[in-house]
Amino acid sequence: MNNGIFEIGYIELGLAYIFIIIILFIMKRRQISREKELLIATVRMTAQLIIVGYILAFILENPHPLISLGIILLMVTFAIYTVFSKFEKQLSKPLKKVIAVALFLGTLPVLMFFTWVVIGIEPYYNPQYLIPLTGMIIGNSMTGISLGIKTLIEGFTSKKDEVVEALILGATAKEASNNIINSAFDSAIMPTINSMLGMGIIFLPGMMTGQILSGVDPTLSVLYQIAIMLGILGGVSLTTYIALIFGYKTYFNHHVQLIDFTHLN
Amino acid sequence: MLYTGHNIRYKTVLDIDEFTIEQGHITVLLGPSGGGKTTFLTLLNKLISPTEGEITFRDKPINDYDSVALRKEVVLLQQTPYIFKHTVLDNFKKIAEYHDLSLDEDKIKQLLNDVGLDKNLEDNVVNFSGGEKQRLALARLLYCHADVILLDEPSSSLDETTEAFVIKKVVDYVKDNQKSLIMITHSSAIAKQYADKIIKIKQGRITEVIDNE
Repeated sequence: MNNGIFEIGYIELGLAYIFIIIILFIMKRRQISREKELLIATVRMTAQLIIVGYILAFILENPHPLISLGIILLMVTFAIYTVFSKFEKQLSKPLKKVIAVALFLGTLPVLMFFTWVVIGIEPYYNPQYLIPLTGMIIGNSMTGISLGIKTLIEGFTSKKDEVVEALILGATAKEASNNIINSAFDSAIMPTINSMLGMGIIFLPGMMTGQILSGVDPTLSVLYQIAIMLGILGGVSLTTYIALIFGYKTYFNHHVQLIDFTHLN
Repeated sequence: MLYTGHNIRYKTVLDIDEFTIEQGHITVLLGPSGGGKTTFLTLLNKLISPTEGEITFRDKPINDYDSVALRKEVVLLQQTPYIFKHTVLDNFKKIAEYHDLSLDEDKIKQLLNDVGLDKNLEDNVVNFSGGEKQRLALARLLYCHADVILLDEPSSSLDETTEAFVIKKVVDYVKDNQKSLIMITHSSAIAKQYADKIIKIKQGRITEVIDNE
């Protein structure tokens, strides 16, 4: 035991891979041909986490504002490219720009407010707090914006007749897109709201579980969890809101005519 | 002059050397399906812009107008209009929102009566027939009080009796309120009966213009 934590040895860790062998056995028996994916996922998960573990250990031992900033920017950039790759060729260039700007403007102010005002970390670039919290806020915002943009794209395809009718009758682009924007925002924030409903009853959230495992008083870890959930909700809402209020405009030209993006799908 | 156009092209659909449409007149577009009549009407509402040439509206290039402001003055009834969810009243609420109008239930009931639609304001539109939807869309359009009314075969889903009734109502409305009406119809009889001017369009070109006054 070290600082109240049971250390895991390499042999013990190796034993945990027994679950992979069990799943492989089941797959073989049931003739589910997902062995390759399972093995790749296992190897990638192991390698990625070991590498990130060493990187984090180095960063925590050598804290520097530029390193913290660099990591945050890297995370946002990675989130942007993850969203782009998720949609492949469905995104127009202007919509890509909107997504990139929204992820920056939606997550960074929330992160700054959360770490500097709510938690009050010191020094202001303290990587022990900044990096995991950034990951949680950006990761959730990325999922939120993906859902929102997916609904937006689908909306402009499936509700095209409604948008055209509204335009014909003298609606502004915003009035014509209002239903699409609202349902896109709804689909983006509902998963976060649902997870808030089940929190503490159906499941114990990851950060809180981690803190409890590390010996933190559960009453304190609960406060952290409440705060981060509010931060996540803020990040998801702000990112998606920015993406949608600028994103719908990319579907119209300066004559307020609907641009046909069907060739992108 | 309400509209003029020179050397108007729209993709491969339309190729019109020249046209004029007078203010306060009833102009009827006649011609076979697929000839470009609907595209022509959509150009006038600025839902699309010509790929070549220039259209003027009240002697000013249509492109110089704010599109939304123009469409509030020039409203279009599509052949198969989209009906907004959920109730009859909701459809008028949308129009009131777009045109910054107050909701006048007595006026709405009067318009529904004018187009021969026997429905309550709270009726859900989901089970409306094609003809009922078309008449609701027409009533909705007339509620806008726009200066120019564009109708794309407004009676295509109606039987002959209702068609004659509805068209007469629209024409009376247009004349009483000194509006301009531009209407596509398949019926030469309707064209001859009501039009001040008939423009025949075939294969994307204007083949004949008849003054019918």
